[in-house]
Amino acid sequence: MKSKIHSAHSSRKYLQRRQFLKFAGGSAAAIAIISACKKDDDNNNPGDGSIPLGSDDIGILNYAYALEQLEAAFYTQVVASLYTGISTTEQAYLTDIRDHEIAHREFFKNALGDKAIPALEVDFSAINFGSRDSVLGTAKAFEDLGVSAYNGAGQLIKSPDYLLLAGKIVSVEARHAATIRDLISNGTFADNTVIDTNGLDKSMSPPQVLSVAKNYLKSKIDASRLPTN
Amino acid sequence: MNLHNIISEIEKVDPEVYERLDSRRKAIRQFAGIGRRLALTAVPLAFGAMFKSAYGQTTTSIVDVLQYALTLEYLESEFYKKAVDATGLVPDGAAKGAITTIRDHEVAHVNFLTTAINAMGSTPVAKPAFDFSGAKGAGNGPFKDAFSNYGLFLAVAQTFEDTGVRAYKGQAGNLISNNDVLTAALNIHSVEARHAAHIRSMRRANTSDNTIKPWITGKDTGGIGDAVQASYNGEELTNQAGIEIVNINGKSISQAAATESFDEPLTMEQVLMIVDPFLPA
Repeated sequence: MKSKIHSAHSSRKYLQRRQFLKFAGGSAAAIAIISACKKDDDNNNPGDGSIPLGSDDIGILNYAYALEQLEAAFYTQVVASLYTGISTTEQAYLTDIRDHEIAHREFFKNALGDKAIPALEVDFSAINFGSRDSVLGTAKAFEDLGVSAYNGAGQLIKSPDYLLLAGKIVSVEARHAATIRDLISNGTFADNTVIDTNGLDKSMSPPQVLSVAKNYLKSKIDASRLPTN
Repeated sequence: MNLHNIISEIEKVDPEVYERLDSRRKAIRQFAGIGRRLALTAVPLAFGAMFKSAYGQTTTSIVDVLQYALTLEYLESEFYKKAVDATGLVPDGAAKGAITTIRDHEVAHVNFLTTAINAMGSTPVAKPAFDFSGAKGAGNGPFKDAFSNYGLFLAVAQTFEDTGVRAYKGQAGNLISNNDVLTAALNIHSVEARHAAHIRSMRRANTSDNTIKPWITGKDTGGIGDAVQASYNGEELTNQAGIEIVNINGKSISQAAATESFDEPLTMEQVLMIVDPFLPA
């Protein structure tokens, strides 16, 4: 499994070429020129105990791994302490979703191998796990956030293989988001709070996503070396 | 800004850059000429255009993907338009509301893709005369009652949505060179997945079959059967990038959960085979 990432590194030339082809698309040409003109100033770990995600595709995979850790921990606790009055369908769905998020988390852990960030410490003190409203409200926030995070990360990924993997996961997150929304209020699976007038879902950058996710994390994440385009 | 440095940097990642640009000297001359004629702020754009012609194929294949997506969105939008207009098909209330929402999204996708294709200087493909019975225009295929039989309508809707999700997913790699188009396609892709989840829940309620879930289990059609099996084949995958998901790292992950947690792509060829019965012969 470690070898996967290593082979990705050994094909660095290919990835760089990919990145270049991306720049050559036109709109990003200005950025290509800027990066060609200035030295790459290395922005390393700020040394405040925060966990660096790393750079390039590894950084993006760690970013996804961090979000999947958060979701998996949440649903694990939801299923371990089911809220009052839960229906059979709700329990079945929340259990399925827990298993999906654990599968995602463990997949990233293995795919990253020795490049993986450590297990994150979560902070769920704002969530009342005995309350349906609190649990489903948080689930909705996490799922919509996850969808927009993967949608926004797609353009930051250089390897087509990793892009496809992110695509395989994001549609499952979107299925979760729709389902949770329908449990809260049937028919809100894709309402105009998430879908715009062009019929497009949201996408968010890593800093936007992490500014929300940090409210549920004790661990501090350093995303400063993630790609920005 | 040193032009020679830029070309040298590019050469490190693309050794054939000079073949694409004729020659180094010509490239520099071409670029220097551009630089003299244009204000500095416009130089990056001119530079982009120069490379767009050198790497022109990228642009073509992106338009091809958008035309393909437009065809699929025509299929969905026309299908839902007919369903909303069919008297007595979709029950009033929540069901009618949901199908109307989905119709509006599909119509918006058609408009969005049409605009995008026009903006790239190409002509959007024409809307085909669909045969929603699935008989290539003969009108007597397996889904001929889709606008009078609510259960059959939902079955076709589920298949279109799940196929749409797989179709967009299969094209992501072909859009990797264009951030804007890739992001827009991803933003459509997740909407199709939201639709799929809701339609599946509607089928679960309508059939009282609790094995139908918002996510795809194995390559199960959810009781629809052989006519749509091609839309689900491949979804049974449990190994991702060489990593087995069933019981991964000692966690209790069932075969079913392993297949549900990753949706699988379809190639353009696979999708065109699936939609072929709905297109005129």
